[in-house]
Amino acid sequence: MNDTVDQLSNPPTDAPDNRQRSNWRTLLGEGLWHNNPAIVQLLGLCPLLAVSNTTINGLSLGIATAFTVVLSNVLVSATRRFILPEIRIPIYVIIISGIVTMIGLLMNAFAHDMFLRLGIFIPLIITNCAILARAEAFASRNPVIESAIDGIATGAGFAAVLIALGAIRELIGHGTLLADAHLLFGTSPLPPLIDFGEHYRGLLVAILPPGAFVLFGLLLVARNLCMSEKTKP
Amino acid sequence: MKSNPLLPNKRGFNKQGPSKYGPNKHGLILGCFALVVTLALAITQCVTQERIDSNEKRRVQNTLAEVLPALSYDHPLEDNSLQIFDPIANKNRTCYIANLDGKPVAAVLRAVATDGYSGNIEMLVGITIDGTVSGVRVTKHIETPGLGDAIESQRSDWIKGFNGTNLTAPVESQWTVKKQGGEFDQFTGATITPRAVVNEVKNTLVFFESVKSQLFNHE
Repeated sequence: MNDTVDQLSNPPTDAPDNRQRSNWRTLLGEGLWHNNPAIVQLLGLCPLLAVSNTTINGLSLGIATAFTVVLSNVLVSATRRFILPEIRIPIYVIIISGIVTMIGLLMNAFAHDMFLRLGIFIPLIITNCAILARAEAFASRNPVIESAIDGIATGAGFAAVLIALGAIRELIGHGTLLADAHLLFGTSPLPPLIDFGEHYRGLLVAILPPGAFVLFGLLLVARNLCMSEKTKP
Repeated sequence: MKSNPLLPNKRGFNKQGPSKYGPNKHGLILGCFALVVTLALAITQCVTQERIDSNEKRRVQNTLAEVLPALSYDHPLEDNSLQIFDPIANKNRTCYIANLDGKPVAAVLRAVATDGYSGNIEMLVGITIDGTVSGVRVTKHIETPGLGDAIESQRSDWIKGFNGTNLTAPVESQWTVKKQGGEFDQFTGATITPRAVVNEVKNTLVFFESVKSQLFNHE
């Protein structure tokens, strides 16, 4: 393990993910846009599609997932000299599941109604492969600060897609935006940001799983169109 | 240790490929990680336990208060419960008994409708001593959002339609949804969910009548 320190100044450069990205702007750009875990890598789609039926649900799961990926990146990076290759996956899983369980306990204590609403999807953050992928591909071979920035970028990128999809589905399906925000912030009920009113019946399919797939597909289309515009000669 | 061909040999933290350390070292490191994480979890658990317990207690209290007006009894309901076997559902039901000035006045029964559209619908049914429903609330369900979830009190007032009903009003044949000639509305696009709720409330009332003496004389 003597070469651990050596590795810090000279990271491997063979795979695309191993590129040294010291610049935090590059790191943020990668996580949020160019290499967004949800909309580019298509990782963690199960919680993404299942929970994004309202903005506040998406926001809550997004925050919980972002916290998890930042903490797991920092911890994996800080202890990377002890993580032997043969046992790295069990160690990542121990770290990630520990963090998620703690976040679950804290949410249960401080945002109880939200915790009940998200239900099984809080413990299921452990199985979000976007988090394991960052631990394996980035945090285990980069210093703590870079890993933290990468975690923030990845977490924010995932959360952004969750929130965007949640907002679209809520608007179409319920005719509101950011309803029930008190479940996460404070105790007294807050009115939604946008409310189409009682006469809007809502398009049910947007709230149901098929609507999630269709709308997520449209988001992908939008992003790809955006990218192809940029790369035109 | 011979090198393992399944492992990438150019890992960032160990360029020589699989480490020269044996299983003892691996076990030790894994154990250390597990120990530290467990310790952190134990601390979090200790810090949050009290708050989680009080959250859960408050939640039960709130729902109980919704199905039975808080002024009609003078003690915490959740401290005065018992389990009674229901031969129809073939399992125990939790019953909370409300006393006022030492006399039983009402009970709140847990009910589970198993014939909903998807999964069980868990409810609390408040019944006063004369057999009248004082309130029904759904505590847990996984019915279709936007259709079946109108049984939630936050989404529609439908569930409040049970207030004041009993086994004779409406008469027994009317204890179903309108589609089947009964007294209770179904909602647009959903008949199965309300029918399951109506049936279960009725079953609960029947059960209440059959165990009334047991419920109110146990002290």
